[in-house]
Amino acid sequence: MKNCEYQQIDPQALPTPTPTPPPHHGSEGDKKEEPRRPRRKWEVFPGKNRFFCEGRIIVARQSGVLPLTLGLILVTSGLFFIFDCPFLVKHLTSCIPVIGGVLFVFVVITLLQTSFTDPGILPRATPDEAADIEKQIDNTGNTSYRPPPRTKEVLINQQVVKLKYCFTCKMFRPPRTSHCSLCDNCVERFDHHCPWVGNCVGKRNYRFFYTFIVSLSFLTAFIFGCVTTHLALRAQGGKGLVFALQESPGSAVELVICFFSVWSILGLSGFHTYLVASNLTTNEDIKGSWSGKSGEDVTNPYSHRNIFINCCSVLCGPMPPSLIDRRGFLPADESAQTGSTDIEVPALATKSEINVCTQGTKGLLESATLPPLLSTSCPQGKPQTAHTCPDSSPAVNSDPSPELSVSCGARHAASSPGDASPSRHSKARSKKSKRAALHIPNPAFDIPVSPTSPDAASFAPLH
Amino acid sequence: MCFVSRTCTVVGIYQVRPQPAVSSKVFIQRDYSSGTICKFQTKFPSELESRIDKQQFEETIQTLNNLYAEAEKLGGKSYLEGCLACLTAYTIFLCMETHYEKVLKKIARYIKDQNEKIYAPRGLLLTDPIERGLRVVEITIFEDRSIGSGR
Repeated sequence: MKNCEYQQIDPQALPTPTPTPPPHHGSEGDKKEEPRRPRRKWEVFPGKNRFFCEGRIIVARQSGVLPLTLGLILVTSGLFFIFDCPFLVKHLTSCIPVIGGVLFVFVVITLLQTSFTDPGILPRATPDEAADIEKQIDNTGNTSYRPPPRTKEVLINQQVVKLKYCFTCKMFRPPRTSHCSLCDNCVERFDHHCPWVGNCVGKRNYRFFYTFIVSLSFLTAFIFGCVTTHLALRAQGGKGLVFALQESPGSAVELVICFFSVWSILGLSGFHTYLVASNLTTNEDIKGSWSGKSGEDVTNPYSHRNIFINCCSVLCGPMPPSLIDRRGFLPADESAQTGSTDIEVPALATKSEINVCTQGTKGLLESATLPPLLSTSCPQGKPQTAHTCPDSSPAVNSDPSPELSVSCGARHAASSPGDASPSRHSKARSKKSKRAALHIPNPAFDIPVSPTSPDAASFAPLH
Repeated sequence: MCFVSRTCTVVGIYQVRPQPAVSSKVFIQRDYSSGTICKFQTKFPSELESRIDKQQFEETIQTLNNLYAEAEKLGGKSYLEGCLACLTAYTIFLCMETHYEKVLKKIARYIKDQNEKIYAPRGLLLTDPIERGLRVVEITIFEDRSIGSGR
């Protein structure tokens, strides 16, 4: 006590803590100082998609094997037109390249449309909506320790349908909607994520997909038939198949490709024709939602009970609009400052929310109010770059998100088959993903990860 | 004390806004009892009791529901559009405005009209559901000026 020496520190002499961020983040901060050009919504889209042509074209982040699909189609058709058509035009009819040409054009156009069209992505809930839903869930008489159920039951055409709450998009999913973990979006009338086209197949592009596989099966069968005829004609007169193949080597390649693909494509077309006729999705068929496995009398509530009407409604129904409004402008006061709560804040919220996504109900209410806390505490660093520059800093973006989205995706996959105790599953996985979350070198996120309840509550009414 | 950071979203607390303060927001959720068609619940929310007639509100929502039903109607016209599109490998969607889009424009005009005539004078604002991904009809309740702005 008396022996200790306390040196009085002159506060004026203290180095002032620099409010400016470190240099490499500072440069990105400076970028924001530039006169703000109005930004479009696709630039801050929270899902894992890529955009081209100023938001006109949307693809999944992983293009899958789309280049392979396109390559196979182009190569096979090219070889067909080069090697087989001249011979067949001379010996049979000139309709053959015309038919082949029409089918080829159909296939390529519908393939590109399936890949580049918004499948029916549902935009994520705004923070106000999410808080409102959370309030409603909490209000359903939950006094017990167990977290409230994250499902809602509705009656559709005398059939009980369970609507699940999506933790990533913060809303109750409409019927037939599913969250694709590869694209990190909820997709309406989700059929499946097709790696061959590199996109999800959903409400808006199912008709393109169906037309693609049907026309592709016609094209493959047509080319297979033409090549067989061509080789048979060449081998006539005792010349033999080997001679024919030597004369037209391209036909050998086509034969192999077509032989192996025609069965699978025809099978797929047949399967999807059945789905269209019964107004089912691949997702529902695989899960057996309406097959009455549980012994109850369940029927598909969406079917029109008439094959013709089912086909017409799926394939020829009105084309719904894209809900994500990719080319729309962000509200003016948002491009610079995040004053109101429209699209930009959910982008930030979802990035932070991915980190804290499985903390349970209280955590979700806190995370809905987290953006204000995040922004005021640590505006510099990752949250800034993560949501404003998805293209310029892919390394920053991709590092934390795949790890977490995999865990989120796994959680989604895990919780979908079993509705019995989703809370238990999510709690078990929440520990894992929470650990994963904390490992990310991101001090800005770590600080508000567990805000004290009074703080969150005090911000909530003002939000 | 003022947070000057550009990323600050707590602006609502510290910054004095010239426009009327938002008191709260009410969300009218979707009604899935008829399937996946776009339809909103007509249940009158309690927060609006002091601001608007129940009948007026129900009429607005019902008209919106009817307009969406018209957009999604399966009938001769939509089948014709669909078949024509299929025959052209769906390329006509690039040049032509679909029936749905035409009805959406009609809905936008209707909502603007309702806001001007009925909702704005009562300190309410309807947000077009398309801006919320057709999930909800968002009704913003502004603070009553006569009471005075306050936090």
